Amino acid sequence: MPSVTAPLRIGCAAGFSGDRTDAASPVVDALVAAGGPSFLIFETLAERTLALAQLVRRTDPEHGYEPLLDELLRPVLACCLANRIRIVSNFGAANPRGAARRIAALAVELGLAAPRIAVVEGDDVGAAVQRPLLRDALGASADLDGVMETMVCANAYLGADAIADALVAGADIVVTGRVADPSLTVGPALAHFGWRRDDWDRIARATMAGHLLECGAQVTGGYYADPGYKDVAGMATLGYPIAELDAEGHCTLTKPAGTGGTIDVHTVKEQLLYEVHDPAAYLTPDVVADLSEARVVELGPDRVRIEGVRGHPRPATLKVNVFCEQGWLAEGEISYAGPRAEARARLAAQVLRERLAALAPLRVDLIGVASILGDDGGAWLSAQPRGDARDVRLRVAALHDDKSIAERLPREVTALYTCGPAGGGGVRTGLRQRLSTRSCFIPRDRVPARFAMMEVA
Amino acid sequence: MTSRTVPLYRAAHGRTGDKGNRSNISVIAWHPALWPILVEQVSEARVAGQFAHRRPSRVTRYLLPNLQAMNFVLDDVLDGGVNDALNLDSHGKALAFLLLDLPITVPETLRQHLAGADATDLLPAEPWRLA
Repeated sequence: MPSVTAPLRIGCAAGFSGDRTDAASPVVDALVAAGGPSFLIFETLAERTLALAQLVRRTDPEHGYEPLLDELLRPVLACCLANRIRIVSNFGAANPRGAARRIAALAVELGLAAPRIAVVEGDDVGAAVQRPLLRDALGASADLDGVMETMVCANAYLGADAIADALVAGADIVVTGRVADPSLTVGPALAHFGWRRDDWDRIARATMAGHLLECGAQVTGGYYADPGYKDVAGMATLGYPIAELDAEGHCTLTKPAGTGGTIDVHTVKEQLLYEVHDPAAYLTPDVVADLSEARVVELGPDRVRIEGVRGHPRPATLKVNVFCEQGWLAEGEISYAGPRAEARARLAAQVLRERLAALAPLRVDLIGVASILGDDGGAWLSAQPRGDARDVRLRVAALHDDKSIAERLPREVTALYTCGPAGGGGVRTGLRQRLSTRSCFIPRDRVPARFAMMEVA
Repeated sequence: MTSRTVPLYRAAHGRTGDKGNRSNISVIAWHPALWPILVEQVSEARVAGQFAHRRPSRVTRYLLPNLQAMNFVLDDVLDGGVNDALNLDSHGKALAFLLLDLPITVPETLRQHLAGADATDLLPAEPWRLA
């Protein structure tokens, strides 16, 4: 049955921290041109991003939010506020209040009236008072004391409730830390349509709309193009997606006119299944979405409708990611070219294996021969027949808990300049602390999510 | 009925996603007429064989007939995942293309639904398959 109400439009202008920062303007222009209620979301918080942000905040308490916050918002903030396009994003990362203060300052710099900014909090469960809860949830982990000692952060994936509450309370901008990516879309839908919080079918549909939006250009031709098989025009100017939701939560996906990329049933199917395990039970904090009977229908150029998504009651627990500083990752590369390049690269690898026995097992890649599809153990590379590749870059990598041992790897790769096979060049090395991760589940009633409206200074 | 052997990418496309040490790879038919072939031939066992060197502890196939798509979930194939693997591609983002190299047999009657050029009717050499 067609809905009599105008659709709710939600545009997505970023799919990860480091995404293109010029994506938002065409999306906002399209939302303004369409009129009607609309939101803009930025998804900028991959699994590791939050841990890295926490490390930044340790050295600078005012930072630890999305480093490109200014670049993302400056081009569109005035237009969004003037046209009542509200903004929802997890760009608060490890410091939502810091991000909110920066946005308020940006509004002042741009000469804008102060926006109402809400922050969503409660995802950080790494504080001392929550340690016992965390220990229980991590269970009989082999090295529980080590985990607690080296922990960088522990964050629960919050749902859409606090986002929706903040919007209902009148927020122009909602800044979150860790929330489930689709919740950035579900929050606006809950606030706009006033659905019950246990309206599982509608919430599941909005969740899958959010799932399609949350990686930005991945549904409009990005991460998709494959010349001769999946040709995409305008990759340099990909349009970012806009979802049109009706009151039932059904979603039609489109993108701004005049932008590059494409939306068709194939781009949508690929993104629908992206990072999904059991399609009948896609778990989020808001709902268990069931897309086993989903259908996609092409309504026209760059317009695809998703149907048949159902929902089941949300899980009783929330997922928590715990990051620890654990060991050092050492890497080094050197290139060989011309006649017998592959043989020289293989010889260099053998020299490093002998010199770096303390760092075994060493990962060895021959870039240009075999470097990606193989395993860390080297079974794949061993199975490759020796060839005569004439442009080969040797890469080695290893982990070690002891920094002084790990740093031998970059030194030994560098020493190949004078001690290795003939003609080696272009050494690059790296040494960085590794962030290990583990996941656990804690009861949702032990993680009270809440929003706070920032006071206007 | 005559048939031809082609790489899976002629009949389907797909994408890799990752969570922790688990990879999921979608396989989506280019045309609904090709869907039964995929269901019949792209089995859990064959996919496990294609990824043998990654030592999956489990391979699970989920079917989505309305989408003419299947979703493979491969447990423990990422050498620990994004934070632990030494692979340049610690997410395993390239792995869909290893699966899409799987040879399948397609009847001539469905030939017009295959993607790509006809010149690749014979399988290319597969240097990365383990003996």
